[in-house]
Amino acid sequence: MTTAPPTPAPPQTADRGIPWMRVLLWAAIAFTVIFSLAPVLWQVLTSFKTNAAITSDAVVYFPGLDQLTFDHYLDLFRRNQFYIYMFNSALVAIVSTVLCLALGSPAAYALARLRIPGEQVILASVLIVTLFPYILLFLGLLEVVRALGLANNYLALIIPYTAINLPLTILVMRSFFQQLPRDLEDSARVDGYNTVQMLWRIVLPMTLPALVTTGILAFIFAWNEYLFALTFMTREGMKTIPVAAAQLGVTTLFEVPYGSLAAATVVGTLPLVLLVLFFQRRIVQGLTSGSVKG
Amino acid sequence: MVTKDYIRRRDQRTGWLLMLPALLLLLLVYAFPILRAFWLSFFIENLSTNLEPVFTGLDNYGLMIQDGRFWQSMRNTAVFTVFTLFFELILGLIIALALDQAFRGRGLARTIAILPWALPTALIALAWRWIFNSEFGVWNDLLLRFQLISSPVNWLGEPFWAMVAVIAADVWKTTSFVAILLLAGLQSISQDLYEAHALDGASPWQSFRQITLPLIAPQIVIAMLFRFAQSFGIFDLIQVMTGGGPGGATEMVSIYIYAAVMRYLDFGYGAALVTVTFLVLVAVVGLTWLYLSRLRAKTE
Repeated sequence: MTTAPPTPAPPQTADRGIPWMRVLLWAAIAFTVIFSLAPVLWQVLTSFKTNAAITSDAVVYFPGLDQLTFDHYLDLFRRNQFYIYMFNSALVAIVSTVLCLALGSPAAYALARLRIPGEQVILASVLIVTLFPYILLFLGLLEVVRALGLANNYLALIIPYTAINLPLTILVMRSFFQQLPRDLEDSARVDGYNTVQMLWRIVLPMTLPALVTTGILAFIFAWNEYLFALTFMTREGMKTIPVAAAQLGVTTLFEVPYGSLAAATVVGTLPLVLLVLFFQRRIVQGLTSGSVKG
Repeated sequence: MVTKDYIRRRDQRTGWLLMLPALLLLLLVYAFPILRAFWLSFFIENLSTNLEPVFTGLDNYGLMIQDGRFWQSMRNTAVFTVFTLFFELILGLIIALALDQAFRGRGLARTIAILPWALPTALIALAWRWIFNSEFGVWNDLLLRFQLISSPVNWLGEPFWAMVAVIAADVWKTTSFVAILLLAGLQSISQDLYEAHALDGASPWQSFRQITLPLIAPQIVIAMLFRFAQSFGIFDLIQVMTGGGPGGATEMVSIYIYAAVMRYLDFGYGAALVTVTFLVLVAVVGLTWLYLSRLRAKTE
């Protein structure tokens, strides 16, 4: 190979192209950031403003010290017992996430490695059900919940939440298992492990990163679900955060508690904001491998 | 040979056992409700029958054809879906293109960009209801300050503007999902292609048209497919922001299904609504699937 002479950069990109593309790029980035943050930040600001500042004739963008308060948050926990809803949401989301991983990962392994007849049909069905909106399921599930007497029971949410996250879990975990080196499993077999032992002792420990990725997504979907929670949990003490927050605006007829509503939004979204901050890469990776490659 | 066959059969049996719990749960939560709704749609089961199912064949579907509210909700859903998908695709593409470039702070920008997707829709609906508040809302205030309107708009109180408002809120919420999927497509395009194209004297716009768009076409179709299904079944955003109002102007088919079942206790008719919605969804998804497989066959 001869050393190629250094190619000079094409003149048009150096003179005119690059600065304009840079300007355009930064405009797009600024748009992205403002677009994504502004509505959330406005809600945060509202949640710290006094009622007078919230309903003043001129909208207050930069509240003075006397226009700031922590009362809306205190109200949420003192008057509206928001810690109960937080607890319910957390319990239902965590239990269903764990269950989903426990049921979904073995299924994903079987679909990745064990050459089951009808594998393609199962995979296609799993992919298709991810497209079903929950409204198509709620009538049938309502009958199941009634028949089993599960209304106002955590199981009424845990069971459907586990199921709605199964397709994603199966797709993401399956594509992960397919990337695992086969040698490991083969040598485990030589050592006399059966399939279940091998899964538990050899494969599972290596799968932890993928389980975390999938678990985060499942947790987000479970925490955010609204329709089933609204329909199956009618007792006050069993409600989850999204339902409890949404009904705050309805229950008080005379004065809409804008401040409390804003504070409720912030409290309910905070756990998810933290998840996104810490696990941005994993979320993106899980979402794309769950839908694009599947 | 015998042992190999034996191992293989044992593996398959283990495989089925490993899948069984997940498959049973999927059947219970997905297959049963759909089949049940299909079955129930041939019965009248409402207050007039004391909530006992009475077989009436296709009566529910006959009622539906004459039901103006049903058609209105279908129209609303169609309008909502078409406009949200259109704006999400444009904005999602812009965001994905920006986040694909190398710049300082890209990780942070990506984190911020996926935030809307991760937040609970019901709570986001509260935030947007407040932004569009006609008296104290910040959106009216901004428009007035920049003199784009001369008097406050009653965003959620007027049929046309209420639809605009729910579309805007949904576009905000789900553009990031589209952007994430498109970004994955962009990242899989080799940089060499662009360099070779630029050496041939192509402008950035030309490379976008001739390289980027064709290569991410599959991702665009998949993103739109997912978004179509979600948008067509949108419930929480509408329920919390407008409840379907004013006067049914933003009532989507899902809101109507919910009202038929939970408010009017009309289970048979609700089941017929579910069935029709399901069939429309399946038809569109099936057609897109066909198109996608042909697209894939072409690019490979």
